[in-house]
Amino acid sequence: MTARTAAAVASLALALTVSACSNFYEVPIETPIQPKMDVTPFQRVLIAGFLAGGSEDVDANLETVRLLRSQLRSKSSLRVIDADVLPLLELANEQRADKGPDTGAPAGSGSNGSGSNGSGSNGGGSNGGGSNGGGSGSNGSTTAGGASASQAPAAPAATAGAKNAPKPGEAQHIRDEKDLQPLEGIFANVDFWKKIGEEYQNPLIVTGSVLFTAHARSGFVQREQEVIDQVGRRRVVPVRTYMERKGFILQPKFIFIDGRTGTTIYSESYKEEVLYSPQQATPALSSYFELMDRLVPSFLSTLSSQKIKGSRILMK
Amino acid sequence: MRLLSILGASLVVVSVAAPARAEDKPRESAKKHVEFGISVAQKGLWREAIYRWEQAAKIDPNYPAAYNDLAVAYEHEGQFDKARKAYEKALELEPENQLIRQNYELFKEINDRTNRRGSR
Repeated sequence: MTARTAAAVASLALALTVSACSNFYEVPIETPIQPKMDVTPFQRVLIAGFLAGGSEDVDANLETVRLLRSQLRSKSSLRVIDADVLPLLELANEQRADKGPDTGAPAGSGSNGSGSNGSGSNGGGSNGGGSNGGGSGSNGSTTAGGASASQAPAAPAATAGAKNAPKPGEAQHIRDEKDLQPLEGIFANVDFWKKIGEEYQNPLIVTGSVLFTAHARSGFVQREQEVIDQVGRRRVVPVRTYMERKGFILQPKFIFIDGRTGTTIYSESYKEEVLYSPQQATPALSSYFELMDRLVPSFLSTLSSQKIKGSRILMK
Repeated sequence: MRLLSILGASLVVVSVAAPARAEDKPRESAKKHVEFGISVAQKGLWREAIYRWEQAAKIDPNYPAAYNDLAVAYEHEGQFDKARKAYEKALELEPENQLIRQNYELFKEINDRTNRRGSR
């Protein structure tokens, strides 16, 4: 009895001592990050489609639409509209051709673009079926904007912008940012987006461009190598080796358009790159998802509040 | 048994004597609020904790722990401006305190990342 009592007293004393001595406590916290955009006026979001280009192994338009829709469905309070993916490249080319030999300046609202934009939008609806057809195919299909009967003849190649315009009956392939530039006027075409907004009950429209390009880089790379020294001990030492690595660059630009007015309310651009050693044979689609994985949290934080988990120390 | 009763009696004496002293010294009184704030924060009652720590800072404006804890709570509530000010005040009072500095660095990392993304 005496021993048990002594033990109890000792443990109580120890507990008191420990609590008296511990002047700090680690607590888990969740830091809320407010969305970058005020989405309260919208209940619905339409991921419309993207001007896509670069690697022909990935349909960056279709894949980006799919990925963003699925992410928003689970991580945003906005209702995601299921609609045909807009073949934006074709539509942008049509609009550009309708405007004539322009330098690729944004189409003005209510100007010569409005009438043709209407037809462009209708064309988009019918083209959407074609896009869906692409969607049911494999992931390894070619980039959006394949040859189309509705493709307008190219504008005369009078300017630098028109230099890359597609020839009749031929799809324009977007290789780099320069190719994209003359087509970006579609994002400023207020009538076009307003019409799409009306069609889907004035949602928040997400569009933009996605450039997914293969690239290679050679140079010295530091890696760790295991060596055995004279006494037989294993050690890891940094070794610099010359390597030719291949990989991909993903450059998406997300543009958020108010479906009620057709105007751009926010946009953001990213650039991510990945390189692999020559031994690795990583499929383009895997790389695409690897790179998009890095961007998606930031994209989501534009539309919905996020919580960052961590811990902090409270002090007495 | 006798030993236990002695220990119990001494605990009662300590607990009765403590509040009397606490009222005499602002730091002791503030510390009581801080401790209570910690206990409720650990249960997830952060708003109550903020109230307690604000009281503590009011009673003893030179108490670094009160500002540190307040900063953590403000951070948890997404009140970043207030959190930054509270961390800076805590560090001003105790610049060498590594725990406060560590909290502040973590806070800045999140805050800077948010601002950087927002400015893209």
